Amino acid sequence: MGEALEARGLTLSWEDQVVVEGLSLTVPAGGLACLVGRSGCGKTTVFHALAGLTEPDAGQVLLGGRDVTGRPGQVAYMLQKDLLLDQRTIVDNVALPLLVRGMKKAEAREKAAAEFARFGLAGCEGLYPCQLSGGMRQRAALLRTHLMDCQAVLMDEPFSALDALTRNDLRDWLRGMIDELGLTCMVVTHDVDEAVALADDIYVLAGDPAAGRPSRLVGEVPVPAPRADRAEFALSDEALAIKRRVLKSLA
Amino acid sequence: MSNVEQRAGQRAPRTWVAPTVTVVAVLLLWQAVVSFGLVPSFLLPSPTDVALALVTDAPVLSQHALVTVGEALIGLACGVAAGFLIACLMERFAVVRRALAPIVTVSQTIPTVAIAPLLVLWLGYGMLPKVLLVALTTFFPITVALAEGFASVDPDTVDLMRTMGASRMQVFRYAKLPAAAGSFFSGLRISATYAVVGAVVAEWLGGFEGLGVYMTRVRKSYSYDQMFAVIVIISVLSLALMGLVDALERWCMPWRRAERKATS
Repeated sequence: MGEALEARGLTLSWEDQVVVEGLSLTVPAGGLACLVGRSGCGKTTVFHALAGLTEPDAGQVLLGGRDVTGRPGQVAYMLQKDLLLDQRTIVDNVALPLLVRGMKKAEAREKAAAEFARFGLAGCEGLYPCQLSGGMRQRAALLRTHLMDCQAVLMDEPFSALDALTRNDLRDWLRGMIDELGLTCMVVTHDVDEAVALADDIYVLAGDPAAGRPSRLVGEVPVPAPRADRAEFALSDEALAIKRRVLKSLA
Repeated sequence: MSNVEQRAGQRAPRTWVAPTVTVVAVLLLWQAVVSFGLVPSFLLPSPTDVALALVTDAPVLSQHALVTVGEALIGLACGVAAGFLIACLMERFAVVRRALAPIVTVSQTIPTVAIAPLLVLWLGYGMLPKVLLVALTTFFPITVALAEGFASVDPDTVDLMRTMGASRMQVFRYAKLPAAAGSFFSGLRISATYAVVGAVVAEWLGGFEGLGVYMTRVRKSYSYDQMFAVIVIISVLSLALMGLVDALERWCMPWRRAERKATS
């Protein structure tokens, strides 16, 4: 089971401009939260801070109660692009976190290859990224994230580059996979439908940092439906009401 | 039969036909110009004269060519090593990048014909000044290509590796170095062409053996057929070296083949 991920009073700047101010949120252990907001409101900046890539001006990031502020390597981060390295085969791409941790190449390959079937990648071990479809590349990127062996995972618009059908399929698959692995997960998206389809809690970030108005959390909307029933739930009036609440907060 | 099937049934265009026809046409024209006396043969030897010189002087030419190839390869290896080291230092330390960038650029503005006699003067008529001149002319394309290759890495890839807990060295090894491979081989291809020419120029300006030395001798005796034979040898050596670089690139970058297949 994953560990709870918590942001306490984060204030974040980019090039001397305050982007996000006083952000506090909690994703419970094994929880799945979505952070929604308009483009340019600082969602990725928040994720960079949660991943330890940047130091906040103020506030803390806690993982399972431990302070991991500004410490990369504690929280896994799947960025917007799949970032598979063109020159490495899929198995070598996926095994990268293991190699970084000092595991021998053969052992790392073996451990990575053992997970391929589970992630729907069987038979792709020796292929190069250019030989895979967008959906398969995302699966490979997720497997690589999984092998980072962190208790919490951040995903920045993981399906934005995919077509609508593949996105739907992959969303369902991801939900199941997160359940199975028991990860604590937070996903950035600007697609409210996607947030309702995935999250236990939706956090709404709003503001206009470029105009000098730092973003703040303006809403926390729970989605009271079991993850397994989301496909059906997405068509219900209740889901529509949640979407309205989120959109209202964004407006 | 569908259009797709028709297209699949068509033969792939023969890419070697056009260049071969061009080369043969130029040789025939050249032969005709000399044979019909439009240009005297003592000024411009015909292709058959050059071919004859190549055959009759083969033992001497191969002896000199071996020396030149040795100098070119050792010089190229030194140039690649120096270029790699400088590019790595420039990538790692911003202060080194700022300090060395002007010197690296200025080094390429000095004509080799100006620096070669100085090297001979300082280091004698042996192999060392030739190797040094080749290294000086070949390190620049490598340095520039590698520096650009290192800088071409997506910053998000670096961030991703940092989230894996990768050290600076690991980011370099797993992300930056492989990403620079394409640029490196582009630079190496240019350096390979400079290497043989650089060695010949150095020999031309002072030495005991090598194609450049042989060239000065036949020039003084107005044996232009032999001089053209040397030029042919230099071109063949340069092309062979470039072919070697291409083969090395294919071997070192197997993913390129997959990329080409995926995009075709």
